[in-house]
Amino acid sequence: MALTLIDTDTASTSATLGFTSGIDDTYPVYEFHYVGIHPATDNTEFQFQVETGSDSDYDHPMITTYFQAHNDESGGSPTVAYSTGDDQATAGDTNGVFQTLAKDVGAGEADQSTSGILTLYDPSSAYVKHFISTSNCYQGGDTSVQTFVSGYINITTAITRVQFKMSSGNIDAGTIKMYGVG
Amino acid sequence: MANAVEKVSGIAIADIEKIIGRTDDNIEKISGLEFAGVTEAHTLISTSTASNATSIDISSGIDSTYDVFIFDFINLNAATDNTQFQFQVNATDGADYNDSAITSTHFAAYQDEPSEGTGTSLYYDASRDAKQSTSFIPLEHYVGNGADESISGRMWLFAPSSGTYVKHWMAQFSENAQQNAAYNTWVAGYINDTTAIDDIRFKMASGNLDGVIKMYGIAK
Repeated sequence: MALTLIDTDTASTSATLGFTSGIDDTYPVYEFHYVGIHPATDNTEFQFQVETGSDSDYDHPMITTYFQAHNDESGGSPTVAYSTGDDQATAGDTNGVFQTLAKDVGAGEADQSTSGILTLYDPSSAYVKHFISTSNCYQGGDTSVQTFVSGYINITTAITRVQFKMSSGNIDAGTIKMYGVG
Repeated sequence: MANAVEKVSGIAIADIEKIIGRTDDNIEKISGLEFAGVTEAHTLISTSTASNATSIDISSGIDSTYDVFIFDFINLNAATDNTQFQFQVNATDGADYNDSAITSTHFAAYQDEPSEGTGTSLYYDASRDAKQSTSFIPLEHYVGNGADESISGRMWLFAPSSGTYVKHWMAQFSENAQQNAAYNTWVAGYINDTTAIDDIRFKMASGNLDGVIKMYGIAK
């Protein structure tokens, strides 16, 4: 099987979800499947950051792009557009911030959530670390939003940890599975 | 249960009751090993590693065994700065990567590193799409040759052995571009050839390349 389940982290009113082991040079590609991420706070952002070694600051610089397509349940005016402000261009080893993968995730209704896949390439390499994610989100405003986020973590040190959280409040429910591809 | 499989993800075979909802009564294989169970869902077919190579050619393994093929591109680095990563195919009746016409779309988002400015954009790139082109098709541009500059991404090729339909494909990349910017590039199209495709070539528009391409087949 080329897609190997390494670990699962399940939310239960959790401040963060993540993985602090299993990310090494065993696989050239890692996939994180986040399923049914339901925040405690309405209209908050689902985000991720990384760390090296056994550090726990989660603050590495990233250069990212962020665009999304959205359509309201009521019709409205569907669009696809770049979203300045949800990307980042941070510099300096400890000046990065958590990168949003899906924004305005709904919590007001029990069936609102976001799901998607984050692919991380060659986290142990001496290159910068590329990632690509695609999510779909049921936003608090009853809108379906498909989000495309991509970029690189601008460090050449091996990444060993990945953490996910909401921009505010806990993750009430949801599961993240980490797979090795190769 | 005649097989060499002893554990799956650290779990002894005897302790596994179901895999994806299937009991061991209807599971046939795991990773090609007979089990009494699942056929492989996502199978690594080949790994191509380039070191200052003119191209990466995959000329075996693309056949009717699978309907969907995935290519993972891992840190492709160009020898020549500011070049373009591209591909073409051969049908079973072709040999020179110049017979199959391709029509494609190409759009990208980018963000400059702080040292280069504050530019961001999402745009359609009409200079890199294709209209019935038999030339090599751009998948990513501005590929750099700096020590830490590379592109990584994934491409899907659908039903290359079909003798009826054109061959659809999609690709997405993350790039650390030569001008110090992050690019997220999405390219898709179809190979307008109803003859089966059995070869694919990846190369830079100029100069050699380093990097790894893994090809997977997805079970029918």
